[in-house]
Amino acid sequence: MTIVFLTFILMLSVFLGFELINKVPATLHTPLMSGANAISGITVVGAIALAGTGDHDLAQWLGAGAVALASINVVGGYLVTDRMLAMFKKKAGGK
Amino acid sequence: MDLSLNGLIIELAFVVSAGLFIFGLKLLGSAATARKGNTMSSVGMLIAIVAALIDQGIVEYQWIIAGVLVGGLIGAAAARMVQMTSMPEMVALFNGFGGLASLLVGWAALNADAGTFTVVTIVLSVLIGGVTFTGSLIAYGKLSETIGSGAILFRGQQIVNSLLVLGIIGSAVMLAQEPANLQWLYIVIGLSLLFGVMAVIPIGGADMPVVISLLNSYSGLAACAAGFAINNNILIVAGSLVGASGIILTQIMCKSMNRSLSHVLFSGFGSGTTQATVVEGEIKPISVEDAYYVLEAATNVAIIPGYGMAVAQAQHVVKELCELLEANGAEVNFGIHPVAGRMPGHMNVLLAEADVPYDQLLEMDEINPRMETVDVAIVIGANDVVNPAAREVESSPIYGMPVINVDSAKTVFVLKRSMASGFAGIENPLFYKENTRMLFGDAKESLGGLVREFS
Repeated sequence: MTIVFLTFILMLSVFLGFELINKVPATLHTPLMSGANAISGITVVGAIALAGTGDHDLAQWLGAGAVALASINVVGGYLVTDRMLAMFKKKAGGK
Repeated sequence: MDLSLNGLIIELAFVVSAGLFIFGLKLLGSAATARKGNTMSSVGMLIAIVAALIDQGIVEYQWIIAGVLVGGLIGAAAARMVQMTSMPEMVALFNGFGGLASLLVGWAALNADAGTFTVVTIVLSVLIGGVTFTGSLIAYGKLSETIGSGAILFRGQQIVNSLLVLGIIGSAVMLAQEPANLQWLYIVIGLSLLFGVMAVIPIGGADMPVVISLLNSYSGLAACAAGFAINNNILIVAGSLVGASGIILTQIMCKSMNRSLSHVLFSGFGSGTTQATVVEGEIKPISVEDAYYVLEAATNVAIIPGYGMAVAQAQHVVKELCELLEANGAEVNFGIHPVAGRMPGHMNVLLAEADVPYDQLLEMDEINPRMETVDVAIVIGANDVVNPAAREVESSPIYGMPVINVDSAKTVFVLKRSMASGFAGIENPLFYKENTRMLFGDAKESLGGLVREFS
């Protein structure tokens, strides 16, 4: 049953993703991509559970490595996106 | 999923963060709200991480904290120091790390009594994560030109790739039969990493916008597969959102180049077979001084930037020239081709860095109808995206690609280093047109010269 449930979630999220991105103007493609990239660092959530088992086995070390790598992705991704978006300005007084 | 209070709180927190991701992505769709959207999505990420930390299954925190600190510091430092011109490499690199993280999670999730479904999802997260990792590293190398940016093709490449795929499927089947035998997993990991390299080396530098979008999509799909492997909803939701958005961007990029995705991935664009088209006419160079006289009389100017502007770091001096032209009474617009630069929207970011307001940046479909009223079109370091051969020369490799029709402007200035042909190695008849003048030299210096003439 879990599999069916998870597959449902997958299908709905994919459709939602398509709908959300379809109308984004070209101006924003780079920040969009790096922002989405930061979201893909969500693996950090799965890695945290693995890194905290206290088993001191291979799985835990792999988890700790994954936490570090995914954190680069998350922190770097969000900060760089914010840095870019801070630069986007409208014409002063225009429209 | 346990039904304790703790478990319930965690699951609910994941629902909230999924909502924030979705809303954040929606706000990223408009320039006015984009920054808020990004903040919102980062809050969603923070909630998800805190929720993961309060899980009762976690008994020790030191390795988690160490991982977050090390990764976070590296990420923050990189994000702060990167130059806007190097943004494509940076995104590729971040992407690769996300992919490798998914690979490790998939690897760690394997245990001796894993069922077939779990093994399949583990193999998928290892495979996609591995391809994303090495693929992104190669893309990084090509973009930063630490390795040659051209397409690398060799005889039998397709056969080697097919063998790799067969090898991955074969070892995955063996792993499903005996999950305790880690040897098969190691083979899958090794082959996936190799496959990532093989998948990206035949793709030339000019096709990088497509590759970056695609790898971005893969990193989401890898997180999604890892979510299946460890039964985690939020990984599936967030991963598939990213996967879908990456695929949309990939499609937009392919459409802007009038090429199919399979053509980009397998054919090695600009890899030698371009024929020499005979171009009539002669090249007419112009000096900075003469260019200034023409510009001074112009009332409508269009600037078309390309990757060359990024290389020459010329975005700030472009803005200066733009201001001087406006002070002189001219209307100045920028025409941005969807695949100008090395990643989608690359030019927009550079011009934003130089303080050019985003409503002055026109997309190709907006600028083309106005081109006939333009007095001077200034092409800065762009080549293929303004090549009229895409409209006129049926035998040209880029025939059919939508381009910015600068040749309909009254006068065209092309800022170019030398007459060496562009990245794709295609002749550009634009340079020989009656109304085209070539301003040779480094784009930044030429523009600086124009700015000095004005002031």
